[in-house]
Amino acid sequence: MDYETLRHAADSWGLLYMFIVFVCVIAFVFRPGSRKHYDEAARIPLKED
Amino acid sequence: MAPLGKLALYGLGVIIALLAAAKAHDSLFAIHAWIFAIAGTIGIVVTAKRFKFAGDAPVDDTAYFDSVIQAGAIATLFWGIAGFLVGVIIALQLAYPELNFNLEFISFGRLRPLHTSAVIFAFGGNALLCTSFYVVQRTCRTRLALGNSAWFVFWGYQLFIVLAATGYLLGVTQSKEYAEPEWYVDLWLTIVWVVYLLVFLGTLLKRKEPHIYVANWFYLAFIVTIAMLHVVNGLSMPVSLLGSKSYPIFAGVQDALTQWWYGHNAVGFFLTSGFLGMMYYFMPKQAERPVYSYRLSIVHFWSLIFLYIWAGPHHLHYTALPDWAQTLGMVFSIMLWMPSWGGMINGLMTLSGAWDKLRTDPVIRMMVLAIAFYGMSTFEGPMMSIKAVNSLSHYTDWTIGHVHSGALGWVGMISFGAIYYLVPKLWGRDGLYSLRLINWHFWLATLGIVVYAAVMWVSGIMQGLMWREFDDQGFLVYSFAESVAAMHPFYVIRAFGGILYLAGALVMAWNIYQTIKGRKRAETPMGVPVAAAS
Repeated sequence: MDYETLRHAADSWGLLYMFIVFVCVIAFVFRPGSRKHYDEAARIPLKED
Repeated sequence: MAPLGKLALYGLGVIIALLAAAKAHDSLFAIHAWIFAIAGTIGIVVTAKRFKFAGDAPVDDTAYFDSVIQAGAIATLFWGIAGFLVGVIIALQLAYPELNFNLEFISFGRLRPLHTSAVIFAFGGNALLCTSFYVVQRTCRTRLALGNSAWFVFWGYQLFIVLAATGYLLGVTQSKEYAEPEWYVDLWLTIVWVVYLLVFLGTLLKRKEPHIYVANWFYLAFIVTIAMLHVVNGLSMPVSLLGSKSYPIFAGVQDALTQWWYGHNAVGFFLTSGFLGMMYYFMPKQAERPVYSYRLSIVHFWSLIFLYIWAGPHHLHYTALPDWAQTLGMVFSIMLWMPSWGGMINGLMTLSGAWDKLRTDPVIRMMVLAIAFYGMSTFEGPMMSIKAVNSLSHYTDWTIGHVHSGALGWVGMISFGAIYYLVPKLWGRDGLYSLRLINWHFWLATLGIVVYAAVMWVSGIMQGLMWREFDDQGFLVYSFAESVAAMHPFYVIRAFGGILYLAGALVMAWNIYQTIKGRKRAETPMGVPVAAAS
């Protein structure tokens, strides 16, 4: 893998890959019906002492 | 581990260390081999004294493993004060070079890595170790995994600190910023770190809570990434297996990029991710309300770790590093604004509806200040990574000011807050010795940081402007020595800021000592005016 390949990978597929990952994270976090799950998760530290 | 096996391991270690000391190629390596031998001997004596012929009493597996966390809290305070003190000394050395006393052991060049390592790895590292052990047990509702391995992690890490610190004073260094220890100390830290990872992962695996709370994700990202960074940046070839000198396997710009990929992610994953784990547990606990948005915390986590790892090249603007890589580092640094501020808002808004606690609870005050400084320094950092800004700020004191607003403001204050929360819990005390003393600590530290950061802005920008000042003939207006002389007053004020911060930490040590002793100070409660109460 030479310098040019790396350079072009970074500003094309690499960029697209990172963007898709980000969109997937957002979609996952806001999936329907997740509110209750996350509200419970947020209370984990407060369950005991 | 069985006591006899332990004794055998310690004995083997001591023998190897003594042989290494005897055959060492240089005296520095011999001194470090002796430190290993002494540590092993202490291990043998302690194990033998605790040996019971009837066998050890069975461990109550339902109780939390808190003794190691107590030790970690004390170690955090101890190394914190040591690190701040060395910081004050080197700040004074910069203002008054006579304080180097012409001794190589305490010259600025050797004390400076001692200061950075003491505050980052000894103070910050112990704070992360002990809070991660506390948080992972509480949020997984299970005891730490792997028996007593957490004790090995704790003492192994202290040994690493002692080896690193003595090495700096004696002149052992591989000259990589924030990764100065030589190859054999690096190897020792690798062993300790892998055990730390196993203890943490093992505890997550046997959790009784189905969901892994977000603080643990941040801690895990910190442990895993630091392992990766440490191993890759530490790749080097020792000159001799019995000597203290090694050379890195990368050369030139590749070595520089590896170093700053390491260096910036030490900021991102040691000083940010780990301490965010702290924020996501201790802030809700102290405020007694859940984090503002759990969804935001997940987006915060994934975007932070995906972006941070690319930001390192911004340390190498206008160097031999290819231009596109510099720009990449800059762009990713700027994108970091989003997750950083998302996290800051999440931490601050946890208090929404309970802002009145700021009036009565100085621990909350400390945490809020920490998060505010997290926001400020993560705004300033990306701004400084912009090439045009960096051409002014780089190599100047502005960078030092930026680092300290993050380190004193964010890392320091959130750690103090966590320790203030932990100590009464760990020692079973009904609250701290004195809330008013925390208030003193809060103001001493805050004033110290503000003085420090403001002075470094002025001196850094002045320095940058002096360096680039041309006359109409195209000659530089100032010599380098003139810019150094112009900074003297700022150096003196900076040292004063550091002294204030150190004084705050001493007040904390007194407060924590009295709390552990189980004492309560007779004082007017917070929020009540002193005159009204008397």
